[in-house]
Amino acid sequence: MTPEPPLALLAELTHRCPLQCPYCSNPVALAGPGEELTTAEWAGVFQQAAALGCLQIHLSGGEPMARRDIVDLTAAASAAGLYTNLITSGVLLDAPRLAALRQAGLEHVQLSVQDAEAGSADRIANLPGAHAKKLAAAALVRDAGLALTLNAVVHRQNLDRLPELIELALAMGAGRLEVAHVQYYGWALANRAALLPTRAQLDAATATVTRARAALSGRLVIDYVVPDYHASRPKACMGGWGRRFLAVSPGGRILPCHAAESIDGMVFPNIRDTSLHAAWYGAEAFERFRGTDWMPSPCQGCEHAERDWGGCRCQAFALTGDAAATDPACRLSPHHAVLAAALEEAAGFDGSFRFRRL
Amino acid sequence: MNPALVPQFAPGMRLRHDQARDRWTVMGPERMFLPDGTALEVLRLVDGQRSVDAIIDDLAVRFAAPREEIGADVQALLAELMTKGVVRA
Repeated sequence: MTPEPPLALLAELTHRCPLQCPYCSNPVALAGPGEELTTAEWAGVFQQAAALGCLQIHLSGGEPMARRDIVDLTAAASAAGLYTNLITSGVLLDAPRLAALRQAGLEHVQLSVQDAEAGSADRIANLPGAHAKKLAAAALVRDAGLALTLNAVVHRQNLDRLPELIELALAMGAGRLEVAHVQYYGWALANRAALLPTRAQLDAATATVTRARAALSGRLVIDYVVPDYHASRPKACMGGWGRRFLAVSPGGRILPCHAAESIDGMVFPNIRDTSLHAAWYGAEAFERFRGTDWMPSPCQGCEHAERDWGGCRCQAFALTGDAAATDPACRLSPHHAVLAAALEEAAGFDGSFRFRRL
Repeated sequence: MNPALVPQFAPGMRLRHDQARDRWTVMGPERMFLPDGTALEVLRLVDGQRSVDAIIDDLAVRFAAPREEIGADVQALLAELMTKGVVRA
């Protein structure tokens, strides 16, 4: 069956970043600046993405503002007809650059914070002064009249301040708050014992989100990404492998998801020798976990097979060594017990981090 | 919503035609909505100029339908779009 065209492209423009968050979604083996695609190469990617049917582009990293050509890249994405979203830490944003980005067609900024309180936030980012710069960046975005989403990655060491994070989103004038529990691949997996929340913390957070959604209806949209480790069903990762999204890495690799390179033994095409169209419709790596034919038992024939698509392939690989296994987040997985074991291990851990570095 | 208020798209929200799939889509921050036929007719009239009343008048004439009926539909729809953060007044 021919797949539908993708809806959105995640462009990881660079792995360079002034922050060192221990749950970074970039691969543990980071790409150096010399491997990065050029301005012209990225512009070509954006045109191909629009022609393929993508409607939105997420300009991400690393820190996308670390690219000196970020204004040109934004203009190229906008000229291709893509809805343009900048995913940034905010620490390199100033008024002239934001004005230039807006002029180039930027429509939305997703700004991350590490905590609601500066001391803890700067410790998690391992960058003194980062939180204050983010607050200043939020004011710039709001004053420019651009749409703002506040992204808060939450875990054991900041989850108790979720009410303060919601207050912060309101104070910043954000229209949307993304409360994203850490997803455990790459760097986050290496720091899992320091980050996993307890069940009591999770339940309190979920109740906080439910209450805030009702109280702030029409003022603040709250998206809530739940953590797998306390789940009994897996998330529909990426809306299914090769179904809706694709990502391009700083070095040009075309991926069904930004973490896909964590799966050993898979070969992904590169934009330097393969078009996005050829990758989406023809690459074995995109075909491998599409649909339901590849699924093992208990996914095969399960009533949830076309809702959660068997969960996450990267998590299945990270936790079982087999990317074609049922995601252990599912209670029907024969490996489901590894999650409880990880929670137990985390309960006895002190909380020190292995920071993300090149 | 007070019928004299003028609804407008929230920052970062806009209606665009999706050529690849030949349909209209509401584009927003890291989200997209597919408006049904009624929602599309209303959203096309959300221009930051027309009031809720003016939108209802326009649609009542165009569809030759009772104003109360159209008014209730438009109000319900705008309330839903405000909750989703698509529209504000």
